[in-house]
Amino acid sequence: MAEKAELVEFEQAVLPHLSAAYNLARWLTGNDHDAEDVVQESYLRALKFFSGFRGGNSRPWLLTIVRNTCYTWLRRNRMDDQTEELDEEMHAIDSGSPNPEAVLLAAAHRDLVQRALEDLPAALREIVILREMEGMSYKEIADVTAVPIGTVMSRLARARARLQQLLAGANPAGARA
Amino acid sequence: MSCREAQELLHGYADGELDLVRNLEMERHFRECPACASDYERLRRMREAMSGSVPYFQPPAGLERRLRSRLRAAAPAKRSIHWQWAAIAAALVLTVAGVWRVALMSRHPDSVEILAAEAVSSHVRSLMAAHLTDVPSSDRHTVKPWFSGKLDFSPTVGDFPSQGFTLAGGRLDYLDGRPVAALVYQRRQHVINLFVWPAPGRLNSETSTTDRQGYHVLHWTKAHMNYWAVSDLNGRELTEFAELVRKTG
Repeated sequence: MAEKAELVEFEQAVLPHLSAAYNLARWLTGNDHDAEDVVQESYLRALKFFSGFRGGNSRPWLLTIVRNTCYTWLRRNRMDDQTEELDEEMHAIDSGSPNPEAVLLAAAHRDLVQRALEDLPAALREIVILREMEGMSYKEIADVTAVPIGTVMSRLARARARLQQLLAGANPAGARA
Repeated sequence: MSCREAQELLHGYADGELDLVRNLEMERHFRECPACASDYERLRRMREAMSGSVPYFQPPAGLERRLRSRLRAAAPAKRSIHWQWAAIAAALVLTVAGVWRVALMSRHPDSVEILAAEAVSSHVRSLMAAHLTDVPSSDRHTVKPWFSGKLDFSPTVGDFPSQGFTLAGGRLDYLDGRPVAALVYQRRQHVINLFVWPAPGRLNSETSTTDRQGYHVLHWTKAHMNYWAVSDLNGRELTEFAELVRKTG
């Protein structure tokens, strides 16, 4: 049966990227439960659109769907600024936290990095994740996030500058050359 | 290379996105410019720190299994994806239907019976539903153009007042699985429905006569068109009508 054959083909193409899909969803939604829901929804959408996938690298193709599903999800389920247009302002570290000093002093380096990444606006965060965790090229990132390569480059530079600023502020000895 | 240029290309360099020439220029610039070299070093360290400390979230146990079962459940619903197959299937169905219809029309007596029954039903319906005509006109120059645009063929519309058969109008009907022209004539108080539609590849045939449910049904083909005349008019007069139509068709 053609349908069954296509399902098998689909699973072979996209299930190997389940970790990448989950990791991206987890970083964009910020929690495990939403990440799982988004991943499931993404795979169902991917199945629907699979006939439009013309071979090649299925990971960017899948991650594009995961990313879009994440934003749709966030818009539907949250009222916060996750999906707001990116602006130029740079927030101070942990502006929302009750006692930033204490947090900084107590936190391990690892937590700081994670927190710094979580604090980035989603539009910067997703580019860091696709670049640093998925090792994607600028071109692939541009395809997934639907922005020009020049925008990928400038966002990546801004994201890293911001991360450096956060980390340097938190741990000058570790971040300075 | 200037510092400004080097700063612009810093991330491209770190990410291996520069071509060979630019790469070499960057490396030369770093040797000559400690400030830019230190910026690059800081970037490198920051990335190193990140790669060691940013968690790569792993999907929970069972997610893949849950996913597979949901995909399996969803797969049958997306049949439309196989539109190529659907198109092939549709073409096959059409072909079979076409062959069936040719077989039907050419020899199968049952099919003629079925069509005769359909024609009588349409005739009766047209009288019962007060929907005898869509275009009530005794002017064939009004009736004929009315069909154009509604049908993919143009029926010949005759009018025979001097022989006592007057055109009452036209109507769209549905016979033999397709839209057909229904021409309505009157003979005294009797109504005649004349159904007309194309019969590709079929030349002239004799007029065959059947009686059904008290109605007379005449059927013939002429010049690749099907003609079915139905009326409660007596058989002799209806045959007369048929002959008139055959002469004009």
